[in-house]
Amino acid sequence: MSFGYDPAHPVLRDIDLAIARGAVVGIMGQSGCGKTTLLRIIMGAYLPSSGEARVLGHATRSLDGAGLYAMRRKMGMLFQFGALFTDMSVYENVAFPLREHAELPADLMHDLVMLKLEAVGLRGAAHLMPTELSGGMARRVALARSIALDPQLILYDEPFTGLDPISFGVIVRLIRSLNDSLGATSLIVTHDVQEALDVVDYVYFMAAGRVIAQGTPDEIRGSPEPFVNQFVNGKPDGPVPFHYPAPGYAADLEVAPA
Amino acid sequence: MIEVASFRNRLERLGSTVTSQVWRLGYASRFLAYLVLHSGTALRRFRLTVAEIYFAGVLSLVIILVSGLFVGMVLALQGYETLQRFGASESLGVLVALSLVRELGPVVAGLLFASRAGSAITAEIGLMKATEQISAMEMMAVDPIARVVAPRFWGGVISMPLLAALFSAAGIFGGYLVGVQLIGVDAGAFWSQMQAAVDLRNDILNGVIKSVVFGVAVTWISVFEGYDAVPTAEGVSRATTRTVVTSSLAILALDFVLTALMFTGGNS
Amino acid sequence: MNRSMIDLWVGVFVVVGFAALIFLALKVGNLASFSTDQTYQVHAKFANIGGLKVRGPVKSAGVVVGRVADIRFDTESYEAIVAMTINLDYQFPRDTTAKILTSGILGEQYVGLEAGGDGVMLKQGDRVRLTQSAVVLENLISQFLFNKAAEGKDEKK
Repeated sequence: MSFGYDPAHPVLRDIDLAIARGAVVGIMGQSGCGKTTLLRIIMGAYLPSSGEARVLGHATRSLDGAGLYAMRRKMGMLFQFGALFTDMSVYENVAFPLREHAELPADLMHDLVMLKLEAVGLRGAAHLMPTELSGGMARRVALARSIALDPQLILYDEPFTGLDPISFGVIVRLIRSLNDSLGATSLIVTHDVQEALDVVDYVYFMAAGRVIAQGTPDEIRGSPEPFVNQFVNGKPDGPVPFHYPAPGYAADLEVAPA
Repeated sequence: MIEVASFRNRLERLGSTVTSQVWRLGYASRFLAYLVLHSGTALRRFRLTVAEIYFAGVLSLVIILVSGLFVGMVLALQGYETLQRFGASESLGVLVALSLVRELGPVVAGLLFASRAGSAITAEIGLMKATEQISAMEMMAVDPIARVVAPRFWGGVISMPLLAALFSAAGIFGGYLVGVQLIGVDAGAFWSQMQAAVDLRNDILNGVIKSVVFGVAVTWISVFEGYDAVPTAEGVSRATTRTVVTSSLAILALDFVLTALMFTGGNS
Repeated sequence: MNRSMIDLWVGVFVVVGFAALIFLALKVGNLASFSTDQTYQVHAKFANIGGLKVRGPVKSAGVVVGRVADIRFDTESYEAIVAMTINLDYQFPRDTTAKILTSGILGEQYVGLEAGGDGVMLKQGDRVRLTQSAVVLENLISQFLFNKAAEGKDEKK
């Protein structure tokens, strides 16, 4: 499918990807290549300008408001910085989807919340407020919240941004373990290449709104594509140039070279 | 030639500003209609609305009561000066009560409410938007307008008339303190002339209607600006400013319209 | 601030707010007047009602006994018809006079009822026959000037 906020300027072009159930898939690329937009289309926040997006068996175009909400109840999303509700405690945050969607007796809900927090290792922090948490802990609480309803599809929007190495390792391990224990499918949008390549089953590489490469992590690491090569190996110069376009260097200097 | 072009540019920009404001008003109206239609959650889970009445109403009590008291006291001081010259100082109670109940109560309480509670509501909703809490809620299949915005709207609408009444009451008490206790106007004349001159239907009820209208206007503007804010720090700060400015202008304009409708006219 | 404290404060706020409204209604306004009393209506014709307004007071001996309900113009007699609602507790004889008076020198105008001596009382829908119109300032001045001029002529004679 293709998509543009303004039909004359497509942001995503001729995207054709299929994500298998139970897999952990990574979507990688430079900032601004359209990865987050792709995620929002899968979420149903936007409709494709042309083509179709089928999620969990339904085309997003065919869903009305109630259908969209029903679909989203089977999905979980981890936002870039957690997006915890700052006026509620950790416990309240994780309990939020349970309270809104399930009529549960208080003790059952309590146990479920404790279960989710235990899975991310933060059961002891249930009484804290989001402002008292470190970045990594907040991210983990948000992860617990996103799996509260046992979703079939989990979306991660830049989950590794700004984390210290230990929290990083924790999140990486959690993504894989949660995916397997829930029997869910996970989609990770990131540009942390090396660590992501260690955890995903399949990768889609995007640049300028197109998928320019796809394959297993090994295939991507060894890819002959120059852009993929520059990205994976972190080279400063290549298809993405180091210098921002500018007129000749000598012309810009004040003191003329002798 | 160049002057004409820049003049034309300015006209075009003026025109586009006007049309964009009109468009925005239409958008805000649709927002309000959606909000009211989806207020079921706010009313069924009244706890949410009660929490918002606390944040909008109870936390404004101090500023409303203190301001009301001072306004009443100043009215009594200033009023006495002038009335005394015409030998009408016994009508001080009438002056204070009518000024407060008809105009100052709803208007000043509305302005204070807009700057204290209105800006707080805008900032809160705007920050929730900036930190993606609104998107997170949508992703969890919870309608953020029903869950976050509607309780704040109804909390403000319920709080405003009560605050205006408290402002007027505090002001009358302040007028009594200055007029009777300090200056020495006769207490009996103060209250009896007031009771004779202030009409329940014409003055008090109209004042209450005004405060309800102001409450709806201010809270509508506050929640809309918050929800529509650009999700950055600068965007939220601009939205808060817009709330206070637009609310204040709306209060003053509506006050003129309502006063013209209510308090003027022929034999009645 | 936990839930019960919030509830408590909101409850206090609402109660105090309503108390303020009731205070305004009772002590400040004139709720303690005619809204619920039993009344009967009479009307009267005046050549000139001056500045009388609807909802103005109807007084007798200085005490408010009713309110002006309606003011209309009669196209047959070219006079004003004033309808008044009077408290049932106060009965007036049929030959009562209705005058339009002013409170103080420049105050608001009201209808003053002066009771006559008739044994039969006014009932709902009756007309007060004896009326005196409002004093119009211009007429007063021209009358004064006319009197002055007449005095002057008398002296010259």
